[in-house]
Amino acid sequence: MDLGITREQGLHLWRQMLRVRRMEEACAELYTNAKIRGFLHLYIGQEASGVGVLEQLGPDDAVVATYREHGHALLRGIPARSIMAEMFGKQEGCSRGRGGSMHLFDAASRFYGGNAIVGGHLPMAVGLALADKLQGKQRVTACFFGEGAVAEGEFHESLNLARLWRLPVLFVCENNLYAMGTALERSESQLDLCQKAASYALHAQAVDGMDVLAVAAAARSCVERVRGGEPAFLEVHTYRFRPHSMFDPELYRDKQEVEEWKERDPLVTFPERLAQAGLREPADADELEKEVQAEVAEAVAYAEAGQLEPVEDLCRFVHAEEVQS
Amino acid sequence: MSEQQGATISYREAMREAIRDAMRRDERVFLLGEDVGRYGGCYGVSTGLLEEFGEERIRDTPLSESAFVGAGIGAALGGMRPIVEVMTVNFSLLALDQIVNTAALLRHMSGNQFGVPLVIRMTTGAGRQLAAQHSHSLEGWYAHIPGIKILAPATIEDARGMLGPALADPDPVLIFEHNSLYNVQGALPAEPPEVDIARAKVMRPGRDVSLVTYGGTLAKALEAAEQLAADGVEAEVLDLRVLRPLDEATILESVRRTRRVVVVDEGWRSGSLAAEVCARVAEQAFFELEAPPARVCSAEVPMPYAQHLEQAALPQVEGVLAAVRSVLG
Repeated sequence: MDLGITREQGLHLWRQMLRVRRMEEACAELYTNAKIRGFLHLYIGQEASGVGVLEQLGPDDAVVATYREHGHALLRGIPARSIMAEMFGKQEGCSRGRGGSMHLFDAASRFYGGNAIVGGHLPMAVGLALADKLQGKQRVTACFFGEGAVAEGEFHESLNLARLWRLPVLFVCENNLYAMGTALERSESQLDLCQKAASYALHAQAVDGMDVLAVAAAARSCVERVRGGEPAFLEVHTYRFRPHSMFDPELYRDKQEVEEWKERDPLVTFPERLAQAGLREPADADELEKEVQAEVAEAVAYAEAGQLEPVEDLCRFVHAEEVQS
Repeated sequence: MSEQQGATISYREAMREAIRDAMRRDERVFLLGEDVGRYGGCYGVSTGLLEEFGEERIRDTPLSESAFVGAGIGAALGGMRPIVEVMTVNFSLLALDQIVNTAALLRHMSGNQFGVPLVIRMTTGAGRQLAAQHSHSLEGWYAHIPGIKILAPATIEDARGMLGPALADPDPVLIFEHNSLYNVQGALPAEPPEVDIARAKVMRPGRDVSLVTYGGTLAKALEAAEQLAADGVEAEVLDLRVLRPLDEATILESVRRTRRVVVVDEGWRSGSLAAEVCARVAEQAFFELEAPPARVCSAEVPMPYAQHLEQAALPQVEGVLAAVRSVLG
């Protein structure tokens, strides 16, 4: 079976998904140990989506994400240690400990959050793309959101504006079927989300979000389209294996349903496909695990050793500070 | 209209000239909002700018306040210097999430990585029989929020001069233009005045009582001061100009001198900007006061349509005079 990728490409995609998975498993444990507090929304189960899409972006492109963004942040190139330190509330964190799990930011990789008002960041993505267009820059802004956001007015206003002004935004709807605890069919009159996007005259397509190669192919074609100066909408069918946040008793879905989706876990199925395609060596799994576990361990140690910002600095960063002369 | 500089100019024209000047100086500056282009602006501020600058820089938007205010935020992050016109403060509530949850917070929650150099202009205030949904004065509400600056140009000079420094500010600035001011005429020097966006200003010196006000009620406070002068009472009139951060030093300096204060504010009394000014005066100059601070605010009722009721709901010169008499004992 030919997957259309090299062994190196296959291992890279596997490694990227594993990095997100292991980092977040560590986060869950650290939450239980009270090292991480506040809300913690895990991406576990959805890794193929972030990996498949973000592989298609270049360093000058921009990413705007939600509060379930640890994976996107890591995949965008923010070091695991900066992410972990942020969750520990340390000043070495990528938002100096001012943001926490839901507000990861990084100017160097043009990662614009970490935004925790559902749908509220879509207009920002439209504006970033508008700035690019006005400045003649051929850049893509990728905006991630869950299917819950399509019920918000900002979704409709933003898609309309992006298409009306022909702005280079890739809207990525990661449809994991539940807006916190509300199933899609309990909140939407139109379940085909691509139809909603298409009604604003955007190119819209859906893809199996448990298949990293399918996501990558779909995202590649969407990004090409966006780089040509048109917005596009990509719906990724995915599933989160963990609760919405650490406070969620999961009363709204069957355990059986979760188990069925876990059978499609990309971290199980993708390595199997690599083996079937003859792209995997027996030692790969252990080597990847070792490598990724080391990265996570280093990140946790870095976060542990980090400093708390002095309380005297509490009121900084509300406005730009005067340059010291 | 450049040819009108050095002569009499309206507040509306002063604002337009400020936008034109900013757009000529900096190609990153552009204007977006509902009906700013072909219509020429709901209040006529942007009339003629489309012809001069074209559709790329004078952008008509759909009626989607959240999206176009948010697009302004994104464009500011992306290196532009947008001026977003929200038709009125009433409609800005549809973009409240963008202003409060994103523009105001981004610098802080990103650990100082992303500032939002955005200017949002909007009309505010009552007095034109536009009834309950078009007559709010909610600038005091916005002044509650750390991370944004709030300006209230009440004079021709500030209408012309505040936009430049607002655009130069690395953080979001909201400009509130009271609807009663657009037709006000005044002289403007040929050379545009340099104004700050930090300090309150004494508009009329006096020694007996401080009238602290801003925006649409400045003219009423000045009129009250004029009438008081006829009775031998010298009222000092202070234009706050900047509603956040408040220029506490100038307020306290005036009040410590006059030992009496009346705050005139078109917002509702409860939780108002007037309440904040009074609280600060009471906290810091309590023992220097000859009388308790007094307030003249709007009646706590949605704005009625009927003219006599609307006028009864708004701060008036008579109300200011009565408040001054009460603090004078």
